[in-house]
Amino acid sequence: MSTAAVTTRAGARSAHLSSRGSGALALGAVTVWLSVIVVLPLAAVVVRSTDGGLDAFWTSVSSRQAVSALRFTLAVSLAVTAINAFAGTLIAWVLVRDEFPGKRAVNALIDLPFALPTIVAGLTLLALYGPTSPAGIDIAYTQAAVGLALLFVTLPFVVRSVQPVLMELDREMEEAATSLGASPATVFGRIVLPNLVPAIVSGCALAFARAVGEFGSLVLISGNIPFHTQVASVYIFKQLESDNPTGAAAVSVVLLLFSLVVLIGLRALEHRRSRHDGA
Amino acid sequence: MTARRGLRVAALGYLAVLLVVPVGLVVYRTFEPGIGSVWDSITTPAAISAFWLTLEIAAIAVAINTVMGVLTALLLVRGRFRNRIPPTLIEALLDLPFAVSPVVVGLSLVLVYGRGGWLAGLPFQVIFSLPGIVLATVFVSLPFVAREVIPVLREVGDEQEQAAATLGASRWQTFWRITLPAIRWGVAYGVVLTTARAIGEFGAVSVVSGKVAGETVTMTLLVENRFQNFDLAGAYAASALLALIALATLLLMTLLRPRKDA
Repeated sequence: MSTAAVTTRAGARSAHLSSRGSGALALGAVTVWLSVIVVLPLAAVVVRSTDGGLDAFWTSVSSRQAVSALRFTLAVSLAVTAINAFAGTLIAWVLVRDEFPGKRAVNALIDLPFALPTIVAGLTLLALYGPTSPAGIDIAYTQAAVGLALLFVTLPFVVRSVQPVLMELDREMEEAATSLGASPATVFGRIVLPNLVPAIVSGCALAFARAVGEFGSLVLISGNIPFHTQVASVYIFKQLESDNPTGAAAVSVVLLLFSLVVLIGLRALEHRRSRHDGA
Repeated sequence: MTARRGLRVAALGYLAVLLVVPVGLVVYRTFEPGIGSVWDSITTPAAISAFWLTLEIAAIAVAINTVMGVLTALLLVRGRFRNRIPPTLIEALLDLPFAVSPVVVGLSLVLVYGRGGWLAGLPFQVIFSLPGIVLATVFVSLPFVAREVIPVLREVGDEQEQAAATLGASRWQTFWRITLPAIRWGVAYGVVLTTARAIGEFGAVSVVSGKVAGETVTMTLLVENRFQNFDLAGAYAASALLALIALATLLLMTLLRPRKDA
């Protein structure tokens, strides 16, 4: 019996040794892959943005049109994120706690904005809310249209992040509160919502990061009117087209910072929470 | 109960206004002139070449991102690191494509491989050519497979793998016989998401493609191209084809999700 134990241990040890070799190989392959695909191009953006020195960088990002595009992008993304926090939670709640015919189909539909190409999303919204609208609603080339397109593409984030938490939520506390005379609104505000907040925040962060950089769905519907409906991503595109890659890179760096700050904040938040849960 | 009904109406109304009615209208408008004209406009030489180009790019991007995504997931979950810095850094880089605007992705590739770029001297053309579009597509669809496989790998644990190793299986055997079957639904889900994103990518591709007719025009670029040339029916028809692919994606996601989470 002891010999069996010894051979087993030896076998396990040799497996570990070989795993160390292939582990180093995997680490190398993954590092090279991420470097070539992600790091090198993004580094090029950062380096090129300061090609003409920090002064040139500052001139590029503080031009009136760039500031206006960045400001509008930020404002519309925040507004869209706020609406998503509300509508996404509502939809998740209805999908988990309500019963109605066709619920499975509605649930599958939530992912449509992820599956549908963004250019098709823009075309689709333009058909109903554009000049040829059968409903007579023409908001094409307005700031509202930009908001609408962003609401379309960011719809799934909050829903899909809140839904699983709501499903896991223990109903007992809510039942106890109700039996003690709490109104449904009180139960939601005092018991359900506090449990959902982390999920809402993380869904909002993803939605915001997506909204800030969105391009495809806005190309057709925004009209790209400078100082009005021009968002940062379209501004960058136009700068590149008019042969100003340094200016495009400078605004890109600011745009990257917007979404990175939010996503890194989210990671830090999740990290802290998981540590608290573990303790 | 009436409050509950009110919430239901509000949620479904929001979805109807934002999703269902617009998509329904486009489908109606597409088929209004008859199925024959839709067929004609998706079988023009330009449409056929765009279709095959899109599939070719998606196939390459999915193959690369699946292999590398599974490898990255294995490395992050099973790898032994002396300190936490390498895995944290890899995870951060893995999520980065979600935070980058598609236009910035395209711009970044132009700055590396384009005229006056860092790697402008390559013997083959990258920008305004297939390699550039593939690089852009790989970038934007990079995280999906790894992100889907990582939680599954954590969930299944490594006991079976250790047992296999103890019984003398090689790393390779263990991977094919134990690990891959355990994570297959996670991989499949990731592949579906990657494929959908690869086929539907517009922004990054639009920057690097150069829109050379019959050579670098993908399906999504064809939609934009037709729209801007006032061929609305043609744009709708190409969109309908893309929407059909999106519906197939949704169906696969719905079928795969319970298996992946099981």
